[in-house]
Amino acid sequence: MVDATMKSDAAVARGRQSSSLQRTFQRKSTIAFLMTLPLILLIAVLVIYPAFYAVHLATLNKTMERYVGFSNFLFLFKRETFWMVVWQSCIFAITAVIFKAIIGFIVAHLVHNIPSKGQRKWRGMLLIPWVIPPAMSTLAWLWLFDPSYSAFNWIFERVGISPIPWLGDVYWARFCVILVNVWIGAPFFMIMYLAALKSVPEQLYEAAKIDGANWWQTMRFVTIPMMRNIIAITALFSTIVTFANFDIVRVLTRGDPLDQTHVFATWAFRVGIEGGDIPLGASVSLFMVPILTIGAIFILRDIVKRGNEA
Amino acid sequence: MTAAASTGAVAVHPKYGSMSSDRRWALRWSYFFLILFAIFFLTPPVYMLITSLKTSQEISAITNPWWVYNPTLDNYRELLTSNQYLRFFLNSSIVSVSVVTITMLISVPAAFALSRMKFWGSTLLGTGVFLTYLIPETLLFIPLFKMMAVFNDLTGISLINRWWVLLILYPTLTVPFCTWIMIGYFASIPKELDEAALIDGATWTQTLTKIFIPVALPGLIAATIFAFTVSWAQFLYPLAFTTSESQLVLPVGIITTLIKGDVFNWGQIMTGALLGAAPPLIIYAFLMDYYIAGLTAGATKG
Repeated sequence: MVDATMKSDAAVARGRQSSSLQRTFQRKSTIAFLMTLPLILLIAVLVIYPAFYAVHLATLNKTMERYVGFSNFLFLFKRETFWMVVWQSCIFAITAVIFKAIIGFIVAHLVHNIPSKGQRKWRGMLLIPWVIPPAMSTLAWLWLFDPSYSAFNWIFERVGISPIPWLGDVYWARFCVILVNVWIGAPFFMIMYLAALKSVPEQLYEAAKIDGANWWQTMRFVTIPMMRNIIAITALFSTIVTFANFDIVRVLTRGDPLDQTHVFATWAFRVGIEGGDIPLGASVSLFMVPILTIGAIFILRDIVKRGNEA
Repeated sequence: MTAAASTGAVAVHPKYGSMSSDRRWALRWSYFFLILFAIFFLTPPVYMLITSLKTSQEISAITNPWWVYNPTLDNYRELLTSNQYLRFFLNSSIVSVSVVTITMLISVPAAFALSRMKFWGSTLLGTGVFLTYLIPETLLFIPLFKMMAVFNDLTGISLINRWWVLLILYPTLTVPFCTWIMIGYFASIPKELDEAALIDGATWTQTLTKIFIPVALPGLIAATIFAFTVSWAQFLYPLAFTTSESQLVLPVGIITTLIKGDVFNWGQIMTGALLGAAPPLIIYAFLMDYYIAGLTAGATKG
């Protein structure tokens, strides 16, 4: 009897304790859930849902009344412009990212080399292309590439080089969109690499110097391994952004001459919004997904790795 | 002992001298190449400024395009008194400031909850937020466009061709990244700080407003700058969703109204673009460190 009351007392005490614990736990998680609710709603309604809706749209006919399965995709596969867009998007993204990475790497080293009191000024000046909204700075390039008043051609004329048809010729136009992309994106690489360079401990360089390492060996065995993660993340991130780029091609060439400079985003806009064929436009933009997914998986892996190291 | 040290110093000295001359040459080359890159990076904005100071006659004359012979502020005067251009500027300002506010109201509490109050699915949601940031707007604009049309059919509320539709669309670009960097900043605050506050009887809301926001203020400024520059520069959404001149924001407004057919009034286009680039440039000039912190946070804070 006594034993039983004691037991039940203990049980009640334990019960009270656990229920109050449970309540606080519930309260905390409820508050947390409410705090994240707007975020969850935003992502669900305006990102996740449209992403799947795009897949649904891609299976409809032009008037969006009839389910047509894969025929939008099959139609695209038969069009020459589509394959051109695939090529152009890949060449555009790969070339631009490689040059951005190289220029960013070089400039980061140059800035890192000079005395630290001047570094701030140089860094600030060199980041300006990244700060100007791309649509506006591309207008400046459009004017520099103007067919009759190109300021570059004016200089070329003075030194005896024949004028270049910047945006009139297919290959030059492709070169121009890549050049502008490199111009806008290289400063971003520079800033990231500079941050990475600053985070390499000075002792490592001292140790390398004592061991008699030359410039190349220091670079190969100290700098690059220490920066590897940031190099990878920046390059992957930039690949995604460049591959999905819209502003530069749209302002500079609008896909001309003869649709030869279109990338996925601008062609999807041309077909889907301007051409009024939303399902076909959605199908075009969906072709970006595989590359974006690959990029995202690698970035995520690198970031998780980084998190584990820290 | 002293003798040994001094001979050592004498022996080392010439070598040290040559190293320092190597170093001086390396420095000169560094400056040389930096100047080359600076020319490459600064030519377009400088050329914008040069053109904006010219009259149309001077632009179409065959003179040195890199020099201004008769500088004039006419282009600036004309644009800053044009109701149309001021309308674009006002639209851009309203949209950007509202988007910054909306972004902060959504992402700061969410980042706080995700970094401090572990709950079911919070880790997954944190990763999900980052992945969302990687989804480009060029993938979503077509389905979103159609969604707006369907919404119009269902409710009769037309969202297309209204500037405030951008207030719904821009947060999809700003919120994921701002939440992500705020998670990083909040996670770097020592746990003892908020534990002490909770023991003293502060509620979660008080902990957020009285402790986390003040301590993570640099991160908050960085996120604000990011949200502002992204919404100021966004080009695809306004191009796809707004068409009437009264609804346009700056980037689209300049491109669609100042370019009339084949007539390019380059003096005004460059002035408009330069003035349009001014707000982000001014913010950058004064808050460069925060700007750069926000830029590098994505990869270094993870």
